[in-house]
Amino acid sequence: MNATKNVPLAEVTPPPGEEPVWIASTGAGRYRLMVNAARVLLLVVLVGGWELAARLGWIDPFFFGQPTAIIRQIGIWITQGTAQGPLWEQIAVTLEETVIGFVIGVVLGIFFGVVLGRSRVLADILGPYIKAANSIPRIVLGSIFAIWLGLGLASKVALAVVLVFFIVFFNAFQGVREVDRNLIANARILGAKSRQLSTQIILPSALSWIIASLHTSFSFALVGAVVGEYLGAIQGLGLLISTAKNTFNANGVFAAMLILAIVSLTAEALVTALENRLIRWRPNTITDVAF
Amino acid sequence: MSTGAATPTIELQGVYKRFRTPTGSAYTALRNLSLTVQPGEFCAVVGPTGCGKSTTLTLITGLEAASAGTVTIGGQPVQGIDPRIGYMFQTDATFPWKDVLHNVAAGPMFRGVAKAEAFTQARDWIRRVGLSGFENHYPHQVSGGMRKRVALAQTLINGPQILLMDEPFSALDVQTRVLMEDELLGLWASTSASVVFVTHDLEEAIALADRVFVLTAGPATVKGIYPIDLPRPRNVAEIRFNPRFVQLYQQIWDALRDEVMVSYERDKKRTSS
Repeated sequence: MNATKNVPLAEVTPPPGEEPVWIASTGAGRYRLMVNAARVLLLVVLVGGWELAARLGWIDPFFFGQPTAIIRQIGIWITQGTAQGPLWEQIAVTLEETVIGFVIGVVLGIFFGVVLGRSRVLADILGPYIKAANSIPRIVLGSIFAIWLGLGLASKVALAVVLVFFIVFFNAFQGVREVDRNLIANARILGAKSRQLSTQIILPSALSWIIASLHTSFSFALVGAVVGEYLGAIQGLGLLISTAKNTFNANGVFAAMLILAIVSLTAEALVTALENRLIRWRPNTITDVAF
Repeated sequence: MSTGAATPTIELQGVYKRFRTPTGSAYTALRNLSLTVQPGEFCAVVGPTGCGKSTTLTLITGLEAASAGTVTIGGQPVQGIDPRIGYMFQTDATFPWKDVLHNVAAGPMFRGVAKAEAFTQARDWIRRVGLSGFENHYPHQVSGGMRKRVALAQTLINGPQILLMDEPFSALDVQTRVLMEDELLGLWASTSASVVFVTHDLEEAIALADRVFVLTAGPATVKGIYPIDLPRPRNVAEIRFNPRFVQLYQQIWDALRDEVMVSYERDKKRTSS
């Protein structure tokens, strides 16, 4: 091919290394500093205002709690343990239920999402039932699960699974439906068999949809585990909240909430890391809206 | 151009294609369309926008079946997707989650070639389309023209005897397009593939093809067949100044213009009513 010789337009690309390097970091750095400072300021105002209001007697700390008392409560739990045993054990129990429920729910959701997404007949037959099942307020299933499966791990896992399943299922289903028809046609003409289409074209294409659902579904798994514990358990953070409520310990409820929030944020960071690893091929669109 | 008793590579005989529109009425895309492509021949199909050019290609691939008439490849009726076919799409159809190497190696790997062998072939094709050094880039990391090169390598690595191209370069800027057309001619010369190249760009059709089929405004049928007697190898950028090229262009445009006008008037009526 001597096309490049004949058409000099192709030769204007500068060799690598000679392109000018744009230094945009100073402006961006200043902006980031401002945002972080504003965030800290907001936190100080909110928490400080709460503390101040409680101390000045504008709100009753017995009902509304008090930030320093919440911290003290966590301190007591860490050093002296909770009424149900050491704090880390409660966290571990809740996490175990959450993670098991999350994994089972995700695997089932992806499987059924891909199968129904690929099969029109199955989707048409099962569609109404899935919609109906989805419209049940699933939290109330927790009571049934407690009766069926007892006060141990299984009932909480079951509740987490039903919460996670539908979120992942609908995203996987939609993701499969949204696969570019041209990509499928291209793969088929290149020689892909049905199974290769599923694993190499449809699943990777639906992956950004599926992973988007993982962000929300982990917090739902946590909700399932905590509510399950709340409805009846012998251990866990949900029980800790329930006990605190029953003894009118507002600070205890807030303290458990704070611990749950930390667990949830950590999990969210892990999902984001997984996302970046799994969909490296995706162009970096908007990276700034990570809350 | 070979003529005579040889079995044509592709033959469409009296083909009709009807679609059902979402409103339930029938829409005829192709009407009594017949065309033949000889082994190793480069054919271009031109026609007004939306006349059914792409439909013709999907019938040859076996992705869709004709409503009436026969479509044969090498004398055999088309049943399902034929492995001898390569297809280049108008839009980007490279797999965004595979890097260039895996994209190009996809065809052989789908067809059961061992991974190492598929990669060796893929590296060779990547070199032939001038993309060496970009093996580990993802499609979104390279330019539109480079993605077309990836698509070209991805298609040609399977050694297709029939290459179907659906306005493959229409999304490129004019300069990149000319480069890609030259590239295509060079690569095609080293194969024995028959090509059906669908385009709405008459210049492109004449510069590339051995024969140009002009289709009527939809429902499409063949209005005229024009042999292009320009010598090969051709230089796409310069052949446009050849007096014979200009002559052919005028001759074919005379036929095409009426169809373009029909299609245009029809569109105008549809949008105004």
